[in-house]
Amino acid sequence: MSKLPITEAELHAYVDAVLPEARRDEVERYLSAHPKEAERVSAYRVQKNMLKALFNPVIDEPLPDNLRTLASPPAIAEARHQRRYFLARWSLERVAVGCVIALVGAVAGWTAHGQYRPAWRMANTSSLPRQAAVAHVVFSPDVGGPVEVSAEREAKLVAWLSKRLGTPLRPPRLGALGYQLMGGRLLPGNSGPVAQFMYNDAMGQRLTLYVSTENTDNHDTEFRFAEEGPVNVFYWIDGKFGYALSAGIDKGELARIAAAVYDQLEHK
Amino acid sequence: MENSAILAEIPSLRRYARAMLGDRAAADDLVQDTLERAWSRLYQWRAGSDMRAWLFSIMHNLQVDRSRRSMLNTQSIDEDEFEVPTRSTQTDMLEVRDLESTLSQLPDEQREALLLVALEEMSYAEIAAMLSIPIGTVMSRLSRGRERLRLLMEGRQPTAKLSIVR
Repeated sequence: MSKLPITEAELHAYVDAVLPEARRDEVERYLSAHPKEAERVSAYRVQKNMLKALFNPVIDEPLPDNLRTLASPPAIAEARHQRRYFLARWSLERVAVGCVIALVGAVAGWTAHGQYRPAWRMANTSSLPRQAAVAHVVFSPDVGGPVEVSAEREAKLVAWLSKRLGTPLRPPRLGALGYQLMGGRLLPGNSGPVAQFMYNDAMGQRLTLYVSTENTDNHDTEFRFAEEGPVNVFYWIDGKFGYALSAGIDKGELARIAAAVYDQLEHK
Repeated sequence: MENSAILAEIPSLRRYARAMLGDRAAADDLVQDTLERAWSRLYQWRAGSDMRAWLFSIMHNLQVDRSRRSMLNTQSIDEDEFEVPTRSTQTDMLEVRDLESTLSQLPDEQREALLLVALEEMSYAEIAAMLSIPIGTVMSRLSRGRERLRLLMEGRQPTAKLSIVR
């Protein structure tokens, strides 16, 4: 069915999720027939997620004073500005005034935009990593019953959690990263059920993936990181889904796993 | 009024500068220079146009100027560095720090394209407009950057194209 050959540029557009839907299907068909290319594309995607995981925390760092001060016009620039005005002819000045008026209008929109964004971001994401981390510390140390339904009955686990959350769920496979699915359980969230999948590695290190379907705001978020006591959490929101991956392992290792989880969930 | 529009972009500028330069103090210096230049040229900003793209293009030009001057690379120590609240730096992020040092091995223009797409989520067309280059050039930089980063991360040397002859 595919007529045009897939270009390199299209593979990147596919990684960045900006391909038109029809073409996306063709790229997917092409990739399933070309495993080497599929591997490359998947590496690019992991790369992108890791870059986000590595640098997005800078966004939340407090601003150094010298930069915060520069959100207002510095004295030197002001002086230079005034000299410019002084030297300029009257007509130029009028043009400048016109620009300022236009700018004020445009910036008013920006201001509103800038002020609303942080508000939803906080309201939206503050509780997810917290809930996930608490669920992690409650259940992961449990020797007798860390999970409600074990991985031996995975089909049942999947069917049950999908039914209770009202949407198809599938635990990602992390075997390639050394983590095996132990099983999962149902938990109470803010307003209904949420799911928790638990994994462990050969050393017994446990990792939990918390999946909530309670997100009602239509704002996806990027990869975010939170530290809840001894537990590190990577989390993100995608549509109604909130995902949080928690473990008491170092951030770099967790980021690598989170990138793989993200990849599997977003591109089934 | 411009104040809050500019303030809103500072975190993104810092993130990008940090990723681009790999050094906190140098990155914040670049952001500072960018903001100073932006204020002194605010009259150049077309009202209604994208403030973020404008600021990023100023930063891009400053950075190009700097690397052209190919100055001695000095490591400055910033007092702010000691009050970063969050992470302990001993054991964490080995893997991810690998990525950071690997990233610094990419040519500037490839790293730039890669970061604008990954971190700023700018469209290819926006990047082309901002850098005043054709979109095809954006794509080839992105493509070469991603591939090079992949090979480096896998421990392969993309530049080693010499074959062994005996």
